[in-house]
Amino acid sequence: MSTVAASRPEINVTLWISTTLLILCGFVAFFGPWILPQDPTDFVTDQPFAKAQAGVWLGSDYLGRDILSRLMNGARITLAMAFAATFLAHLIGDSLGLLAAIKGGWVDAFISRVADVILSLPKIIVGLVVVAALGPSVPVIVILAAVVYAAGVFRIARALGNDIVAMDFIKVAKSRGEGTGWVLFGEILPHVVRPLAADFAIRMSFAMLFMSSLSFLGLGVQPPLADWGGLVRENLGGLSAGSLAAVYPALAIAVTSIALNLLVDALGEQKVDQKGTR
Amino acid sequence: MTHPVLSIRNLVVEPRYGGSPIVNGVSLSVDRGEVLALIGASGSGKTTLALTALGHLRPGLSIKQGSVSLDGTELLKAEPRTLRSLRGRIVAYIAQSAAAAFNPRMRLDHQVSESSRVHRTRSHQEALQVAHRLYRELDLPNPEHIGNRFPHQVSGGQLQRFMIAMGLQESPLLLVCDEPTSALDVTTQVEVLRALKQGIQDNQTAALFVSHDLAVVAQVATKIAVLRSGNLVEFGSTQQILEAPREPYTRELVQARKEFTVQRSGRPVPVTTIAPLLKVENITAGYGSVINGRPAITTLQKVDLSIRKGEVTGVIGESGSGKSTLARVIAGLHPAAQGRILFSGETLAPSVEQRSLADRRRIQLVFQMADTALNQKHTVSRIIGRVLKFFHNMPADARAARITELLQMVQLPPHYATRRPTELSGGEKQRVNLARALAANPEVLICDEITSALDNIVAKSIIELVETLRDQLGLAVIFISHDLATVASLAKDVTVLRNGCIVESGSTEAVLSNPQNPYTKLLVSSVPELRPGWLEDAVAARDELQQSLNSGEQAYDASQPRRLEQAR
Repeated sequence: MSTVAASRPEINVTLWISTTLLILCGFVAFFGPWILPQDPTDFVTDQPFAKAQAGVWLGSDYLGRDILSRLMNGARITLAMAFAATFLAHLIGDSLGLLAAIKGGWVDAFISRVADVILSLPKIIVGLVVVAALGPSVPVIVILAAVVYAAGVFRIARALGNDIVAMDFIKVAKSRGEGTGWVLFGEILPHVVRPLAADFAIRMSFAMLFMSSLSFLGLGVQPPLADWGGLVRENLGGLSAGSLAAVYPALAIAVTSIALNLLVDALGEQKVDQKGTR
Repeated sequence: MTHPVLSIRNLVVEPRYGGSPIVNGVSLSVDRGEVLALIGASGSGKTTLALTALGHLRPGLSIKQGSVSLDGTELLKAEPRTLRSLRGRIVAYIAQSAAAAFNPRMRLDHQVSESSRVHRTRSHQEALQVAHRLYRELDLPNPEHIGNRFPHQVSGGQLQRFMIAMGLQESPLLLVCDEPTSALDVTTQVEVLRALKQGIQDNQTAALFVSHDLAVVAQVATKIAVLRSGNLVEFGSTQQILEAPREPYTRELVQARKEFTVQRSGRPVPVTTIAPLLKVENITAGYGSVINGRPAITTLQKVDLSIRKGEVTGVIGESGSGKSTLARVIAGLHPAAQGRILFSGETLAPSVEQRSLADRRRIQLVFQMADTALNQKHTVSRIIGRVLKFFHNMPADARAARITELLQMVQLPPHYATRRPTELSGGEKQRVNLARALAANPEVLICDEITSALDNIVAKSIIELVETLRDQLGLAVIFISHDLATVASLAKDVTVLRNGCIVESGSTEAVLSNPQNPYTKLLVSSVPELRPGWLEDAVAARDELQQSLNSGEQAYDASQPRRLEQAR
């Protein structure tokens, strides 16, 4: 407990930076419709890749639309989709992972093998095939990302669960004849909720990168809507003309995923604080 | 010698970020050839103090004041390089768990002779010769070749002796032994203690001996320092501390230990003729696939046990004797391959899933490690309340009242209900553990080694509690332990288990004061006593009994062809 105190100021800086960035992103995403400077689908100039000017603070895109507005609207789409996909992935992965840890035997073996299969497939290729087959709609992309990432979440939840299942208080509960529900939610979940929450954050950055990649390849959200990955793709041509239109959304992706990773780091440091019961 | 080997002056060690001192103004010195024992309950600062003799502080601690000088070198101000040159050569350390201290992938010879190599004091050949000489001194079998083995290829007691050899390799001035025998079975403890005492004598080494067991200390130490919450309570020669302790705490320690002898048998309980409440008949259990009622690896073989209301039955056995398996079989956590369990004349289903709610309620199991048996994320009231809700479907307000009542029953204040297990001491946790079992209103309580993780004084209070509960609630208690003294003080009947078979059973008085079986005799003679000279007696008795056991062993093995060998 006391060893951590020495590095505590440093933790606070990490935590502070990451949460500020994430709150900013969340704010823009949530209140987007009320604070957008321009309509993201309106043509504000007739000049593609216009330089920054009053009212068009980051310049215009390849069709002359306001980059800042499109970026802010993209935050809404990107973050909502990443959050939904991660939430689903955790819902599936956590339940199955803890269930496998409790039940063991063939239940564990079966789910684990399915997870192995999913983990062994290259994500982007699977994504391309599925989206090509089912069409690039938002629900398809979200469910696809959820299933792809649920396998990884399952592995972590199962490993965490296995550690707890070996404890005597689980045997006490079993000798009482408690059902799986209580053992899972009452006894095990309180122990694994923190590491799983940390995984949620890092998993969300993965999901965001995955979806951005799909969009960049043209199989993500379809025009006129665009997430950050899509914005990079649209404005790629501007790079040679000296426009930064493609750089801003790329930066947004990088900053958000770094912030999520920093948050996990900070939480991880605090978790050390909690251990040491032995 | 102008200065003592180790002298600690007015040492104060504190947690770096606040909190009460771990070691509070302790001054001690150890002369050449002396063995100083540091004794105290867990959390008394004895290990922290002993580690300062190696110039080591555990992370998070800092020295506030004082000095520790080893052979004239001030350790607290020494450079890491100086410390390295001292460690292993001038001062050596013997850890509690040899199994955790050895590298499983390196041969023992290599590890034992490591300090000679690190300090470049001897050639490889010479180092090995020293190691082999030590093996011989420590009575390890086949000293020239046993060092070629890996740690997992020798027994726990042997490994602990390798650890001692490792410590003595460079004939250090000071040996720091941190609970070197606490993790061992009593019979193994005798052999390791003897080896350690021999090693210390032969090498004229001074030693710091950390232990919570006064009887063990009495055998090896020349001086004893009693510690309590970081303070030095009393310091004197072994004889003075044992025979004329001055401080009340020391007296309490000596008294608690005296009561822990086999001689004091269970208090006379009126002979009852009532039928047994729980009867275990011909139980065989183990692991692996069951063929013809025999599992691939048998951990229990044809075990019978019966217990009446209001009585305590003891089950004694060393690690691997199958005693915990027996507890799990009765509780339904480990269905037996053969045999049956009768509860007031009716057969119980073998596994928990098949038992009715009432059957599950009647038999409650209390685990050894209160640390892992209580969910640390739950408050005490949630831990106990869940049982009340589960078995009795009690509404919330009635639960609160009952929780208070149960806490009182285990002698804990009612406000503990809001605490979490991390905020409780070891003894308090074990009380909560008991309260949870009692919440079910059980008829049979199975206590699996519930006092082994506790020091003598706390263990004594827990045993008294179990006795009180038995009297108040008329419980039938199955008390499982490796500690004969504990069982003797509590149980009316005992059953001695060895390798999964019953060796001897009967009334405690008869079995422990006049054991018939050589193994029981060995167990009884191995229980440490405060009396000086006990160790030598125990060793003598041991050698004799070992022989008759070995001859019996062959007959035993012949009768059971299907044992571990088959599992390999």
